[in-house]
Amino acid sequence: MKILIKNARVIDPANNLDEIRDVLVENGKIAQLAKDIKLEADNIIDASNKIVMPGIVDMHVHLREPGREDKETVSTGTKAAACGGVTSVLVMPNTLPTIDSVENIKLLKGIIKQSAYVNVFIAASITKGRKGEELTDIAKLKKEGAIAISDDGASVDSEIILSGALKKAKKEVVLLICHSEDKALSAAGVVNLGFTSTRMGLRGISKESEYKRVRRDIELAAKLNTPLHITHVSCSESVEIISRAKKKGVNITADTAPHYFSLTEEAVLGYDTNMKMNPPLRSKEDAESIKHGLADGTIDVVASDHAPHTESEKEIEFERAEFGVIGLETELAVCITELVKSGLLDWPGLVRKLAFNPAKILGINKGTLTPGSDADLIVVSPENEWVVEKKRFLSKSKNSPFIGKKLKGIVEYTLVAGKVVYKSEIHPH
Amino acid sequence: MVWTRKDLLGLEDLSQEEIEAVLSTAESFKEVSTREIKKVPALRGKTVVNLFYEPSTRTRVSFEVAAKRLSADVINIASETSSVRKGETLIDTGRNIEALKVDIIVVRHNYSGAAIMLARSLRASVVNAGDGWHEHPTQALLDIFTLKEKLGKIAGLNVTIVGDIAHSRVARSNIWGLTKLGAKVTVCAPRMLIPPGIEQMGVRITEDIDEALSRADAVNVLRMQFERDEENAFPKQLEYFKNYGITQERLEKARKNIIVMHPGPINRGIEMSSEVADGMNSVILEQVTNGIAVRMAVLFLVAAANENIKNEDSN
Repeated sequence: MKILIKNARVIDPANNLDEIRDVLVENGKIAQLAKDIKLEADNIIDASNKIVMPGIVDMHVHLREPGREDKETVSTGTKAAACGGVTSVLVMPNTLPTIDSVENIKLLKGIIKQSAYVNVFIAASITKGRKGEELTDIAKLKKEGAIAISDDGASVDSEIILSGALKKAKKEVVLLICHSEDKALSAAGVVNLGFTSTRMGLRGISKESEYKRVRRDIELAAKLNTPLHITHVSCSESVEIISRAKKKGVNITADTAPHYFSLTEEAVLGYDTNMKMNPPLRSKEDAESIKHGLADGTIDVVASDHAPHTESEKEIEFERAEFGVIGLETELAVCITELVKSGLLDWPGLVRKLAFNPAKILGINKGTLTPGSDADLIVVSPENEWVVEKKRFLSKSKNSPFIGKKLKGIVEYTLVAGKVVYKSEIHPH
Repeated sequence: MVWTRKDLLGLEDLSQEEIEAVLSTAESFKEVSTREIKKVPALRGKTVVNLFYEPSTRTRVSFEVAAKRLSADVINIASETSSVRKGETLIDTGRNIEALKVDIIVVRHNYSGAAIMLARSLRASVVNAGDGWHEHPTQALLDIFTLKEKLGKIAGLNVTIVGDIAHSRVARSNIWGLTKLGAKVTVCAPRMLIPPGIEQMGVRITEDIDEALSRADAVNVLRMQFERDEENAFPKQLEYFKNYGITQERLEKARKNIIVMHPGPINRGIEMSSEVADGMNSVILEQVTNGIAVRMAVLFLVAAANENIKNEDSN
């Protein structure tokens, strides 16, 4: 099976490449990147005026399976991923049961093998049941296939337990991902603390509850000289703390989600539960700070924090509604619209945030188009506009904060291991 | 027409003109309650449902009296006696009520934003009778109506709101309404009961009750809801009365004709002394009477606007 993609602007930061090339895909691998390849192929794709880049590596995704198949399954979630140009996802372990044991990883691996349309990498939990009390057997989890550990949705409160986890993570070479939140401070909050929480009559989540925990987590990582990744950074103080630590040489990385730089707390004023997530949407200044953090390298990665919830969990009173929004199908277009079109990042810069950096941080052989590597790539029409519509989501859940928004950039093709898993004609936007 | 909204959800969204439209409509309805036959046919054939998820007597009764004086049919639903207890969602409950061809739903809910959510999902009019800590627009409108009746104007007045500002929907609605009409609002409470960022609503903050009273034309005294102190953030009752309670002694240092208001029910001896509650400066019972005229005005205006919206849709 040969696929030849012609006349594309090929962007591959791993090879410092940003030029018009043809791409030959053969036997699931990138076979050639060259000018004007003259070969027969089973499928020739004309990619004039289009971009070819490595598929997105989304390192923060909830696919809900096993246990909450009413929200999402590996099948529906990875179809949504393919539609969004995401060829690899890292799934978070807060499923039912929690991915905290060898048996549960085996269970998940079985589901993935049967139903995934894109590559699914597994993050196991740091502590059993994500309760923050007892460490999982990180060595065994790694052996069974976990490439990262996280108690995402919760922060490990105990420094002793987190230190233990960091030591194990270092020894086993798995990435420890921190959801940094001091629940004692965020308590029952639902929106950003301040004028927004006051005028809405809702309990607030302070920025302190995030950045104080970011600071603590980084201090531990520094002390133990262990890599650590901070996920879903939402406020300027966190950006500042991460920036300072990086300048001192602490081995940390960080991601943010598209909503933290494209939306602000203003969006939540209508009590739209699709604007409810944790951490919450912050101020305009925070969103600006996140953007600058992306531009100056403080924040390495954009990840969706795709968090599907059913309508019955969202179409209820704001305080009772679940936290979280879907993002797999919109992340690329939000990034193009907010980061590239505004001039904050150039295209190679964006590809780093979405593909090259997360692959590197996770230590997986993805995020590049180097000949010989897996042909996980996407073809993108960068200028085409579309309006996000609820009915067009492939995700089982529709809780997107971008419904009704006009975005730039359409995924035309998604290839995983050389196979077309998504083609925009099938589900035109 | 100034009023084109099918719902009344809060005062934050309203313009000065819209608030004035309610007040002037209320003025014309006030007289109805003084007649021997206290009824006008303005909402004859309309159905009003009072959907109350929180225990309330005075607001519910006030809405019921208002609707009945407009000749509407009124049905009361309290959460304890409905399918709400069986787990039905707010929107489903609303849609079921709407399917009964109800025209106006008056909703009281313990969650902020509940009335807004309901209004978004329904074609029927929704009137917010208090949602969480967010807004209680008809209470603020009747407070403002009473003030205007007493002092002839709102613009330029100094109004002090005392009490648990953080958890008070009455405070929020009053602040939006009063500032839009040009009053200068001071909020006064111990720091822990002042919510963050409230100064961005255009108010002055003080912790000193005597200072807050010294320049005030009126003081609106909030009920201390000790029963709701989940976070244990409140001062002790006696301590609160000592530091913030409105007493005759404190009033004597204030302007002579200072108006004293309270949304009720009063905790005598906690927010204010009995002497003040029953005294010369108190307009508390007049507020209750005015509540009927204001709620008649609101029911009338939202019903008329919704009628117009429906007519336009069918054209």
